[in-house]
Amino acid sequence: MRVGATHILRDVSLTINDGDAIGIFGGNGAGKTTLLRLIATLILPAAGTANVFGVDIATDDRYNIRTKIGYVGHTPGLYPEMTLSENLGFVAHAMGTDPAEADRSLTAVGLAGAADRRAEVCSHGMQRRAEFARVLMTKPDLLLLDEPHSALDADAVELVDALVMRTLDAGGAAVLVSHDKERVLRVATEFVEISGGTLS
Amino acid sequence: MTGFWTQAFTITRRDLMRERRSGEVLWVTLPFGAIALLLVPLAIGTDVRTLEAIGLGMFWVIVMLFGVLIAVRQTNTETQAQRDQVALAGIDPAAGYVGRSLASFLLLVVFESVLVVVTIVLYDIPLVGFEWMPLVIVLVAAGLSLLGTLAAGIVSTGRSGAALVPLLVAPLSVPLLIGATQTFESLRFGRSSLAWVLLMTVVTLLLAVAGVLSARPLQETG
Repeated sequence: MRVGATHILRDVSLTINDGDAIGIFGGNGAGKTTLLRLIATLILPAAGTANVFGVDIATDDRYNIRTKIGYVGHTPGLYPEMTLSENLGFVAHAMGTDPAEADRSLTAVGLAGAADRRAEVCSHGMQRRAEFARVLMTKPDLLLLDEPHSALDADAVELVDALVMRTLDAGGAAVLVSHDKERVLRVATEFVEISGGTLS
Repeated sequence: MTGFWTQAFTITRRDLMRERRSGEVLWVTLPFGAIALLLVPLAIGTDVRTLEAIGLGMFWVIVMLFGVLIAVRQTNTETQAQRDQVALAGIDPAAGYVGRSLASFLLLVVFESVLVVVTIVLYDIPLVGFEWMPLVIVLVAAGLSLLGTLAAGIVSTGRSGAALVPLLVAPLSVPLLIGATQTFESLRFGRSSLAWVLLMTVVTLLLAVAGVLSARPLQETG
């Protein structure tokens, strides 16, 4: 994987099976987020192939599998002018999910009282919770979490674990990238280290 | 997965909701456009004949310049995380393009409709051929919204950001500007304006096709 002339990932080979919860650890700039975005089909490899749900992500078929992927990046993707409920409702409408699921999911992550609050006035931790609610609502087969424990209180950390376990119980898989090995290893079934864009 | 038009309308509704909350077009761009129209008579004097002659032209120039700001308003502030969310909601990039353009179109129709009244009042322009005005407003709004959304998509793939937008939009909006001004110029002199309306229609259709076809490649390089 290359951005400009810089190789971010090199000689990476990783297979994720149903029921796997893979922890990926590495320092700043190791390529963790790039690898996760590649698995999410949000970026394409400059060389080699990447198959997700049996689909080569370089083909247009990637558009058909994206709704099976739940991705929570380290920066919340909420629209600041919209309420938490509206933010999730937007995704629900786009995916054809019952919009009532949005409020149910917010309640499940402890944000029932903040559903009508604009995202811009919510704390970073609340926005992270809302992102987890979105993933809960969309019930992905592949859960991808980028630094899921940052800016979270103890209850929300438990929420991350529950989200991963729920995905695995439903027959899906999860990938978590983090600096925090100890927390991720509570749910990870295996782990890999990434350094200089190479897995070990 | 939802259908193309459901996805497009979801994007339109999102953009209009964000606009309603931020009030960017209603409270910032629209008043600035009106002020720009007001400044011209102050700068060149209040000779009624001159104002009558340039009034409609000034209106279209202001619409082109400020209209582009409306069309690119949210793409400039959209974060990568928000774009990722839209992609993983399964929204086809082409539906996203159509949805964004539709929201901009509706805002531009309101923008033009208000400013044309301001222009009539300030410049005292003769209302010759004004029965064509709704059609021309719609065509210019459609063309500008499609062009602005396309330009915003192109600049979001590079690192130069919004700075490139005027360079992309200015030359491509010229046919719309000429079409709009010449429609009324022709009517003023009793000639048919059909050719100019046709020009704007063709340009708008070409922009729609270019935008839809380039939506997927642009998303992947963004």
